[in-house]
Amino acid sequence: MTADHHDDDHGHSHEHESAHRHPPRADLDDTLTYYRAMEIALRELLIDKGVFTADDVRKQVEDMDRRNPAQGARVVAKAWVDPEYRKLLLHDGGEACVVAGLDRGPYKLVVVENTPDTYNVIVCTLCSCYPRWLLGLPPDWYKSRAYRSRVVREPRAVLREFGTEIPDDVAVRVHDSTADMRYLVLPQRPAGTEGWSEDRLAGLVSRDAMIGVSLPRRP
Amino acid sequence: MARAEAVEPRFQPGDRVAVRIAYPPGHVRTPYYVRGKAGVVERLCGVYGNPEELAYARPGLPRQPLYRVRFRQGDVWPDYGGRAGDTIDIEIFQHWLEPSP
Amino acid sequence: MADHDASIDPRRAHHDMGGLPAGRVEAGEHDYALWEKRVDAMLILLSSRGLMTVDELRRNIEALGPDAYDRMTYYERWMHSVAQTMIQRGVVSLDELGRKIAEVEGRADGSR
Repeated sequence: MTADHHDDDHGHSHEHESAHRHPPRADLDDTLTYYRAMEIALRELLIDKGVFTADDVRKQVEDMDRRNPAQGARVVAKAWVDPEYRKLLLHDGGEACVVAGLDRGPYKLVVVENTPDTYNVIVCTLCSCYPRWLLGLPPDWYKSRAYRSRVVREPRAVLREFGTEIPDDVAVRVHDSTADMRYLVLPQRPAGTEGWSEDRLAGLVSRDAMIGVSLPRRP
Repeated sequence: MARAEAVEPRFQPGDRVAVRIAYPPGHVRTPYYVRGKAGVVERLCGVYGNPEELAYARPGLPRQPLYRVRFRQGDVWPDYGGRAGDTIDIEIFQHWLEPSP
Repeated sequence: MADHDASIDPRRAHHDMGGLPAGRVEAGEHDYALWEKRVDAMLILLSSRGLMTVDELRRNIEALGPDAYDRMTYYERWMHSVAQTMIQRGVVSLDELGRKIAEVEGRADGSR
């Protein structure tokens, strides 16, 4: 995979004018672009009008900062060790989150299971819908033109670009998250992990495996 | 004009449905690539506010049944290069769906 | 290629890109800047207070038009959209937002 850091909505590469489209620099927050000024202005106006407080904003940022793929990995690992939990996760993803001590989330969670003959991959072609309460904010590539355009049309080729080769006898199932559902892939448990604890198993579950572009790490 | 609060679901899992061919010039959540295509209802997700109304700061009524519909990739793309068993599941609101033979 | 005509079909909105040809997926990412997280936070706070919906967010982004959509970054599009929605809803006026932006830009001490 490339080390490119674009929020890349272009199908081709060219020189970008704006500094903030490149890998983050120490002074990123000091560059007052028009939209940065707009953010400050609107936030201050809304605080002045009593819509919310500065503290509300700070807490919301902190809450989002706390969310990361480890939460999703927990429900996957739990499903791997507990067949009853796996059934619950596939039947009622939100309830399964609650059982694991996590937030139910603002949307209905549909968990799709990889099997020996089915491989799942998630996209939102229309924007960037993503199970944020379980995985944190989505990576730039998930929101990119290239991914959103191509993974529905040529999923196997896109998976190959992530280093994931799906054999001919396995069906690829794409899920386009167009409305009120949010999706998580339940990957297959890697071989050679018999007797592992949930915590140890969770360490094998990457964010990309729960989106479906990668397999879980091997032991 | 009074509006019904919600529309009754008319489809069940396993029903064959086709996506209406229409191109409304505004906010819709039925992707262009699936309009006119036929698939099978995989599940009823629930009944939700209509995004085409919510997007214009209206209450989203009547609430519409939302389905996951499974399409064979070979039926969606004329030159699909994957395998025959490959599918794509898309959430589609009932008012975009018609029964299909 | 069969898609060439589809890509210039005026009935296909610019954001509705599923199936169009595109380049390689560049699997990099960036750490979100604080201002970007604040835009995100504002959307969540406003929608929990019933002052905005994610549907309006999307619609105002989709209304940007192809050049702006491609040129702007993800959170620039969000920021534009949140501002447009607040104006549409009458929570802020265009005039007061414009004045406030000018005031922010004019702050010599960079306070924000």
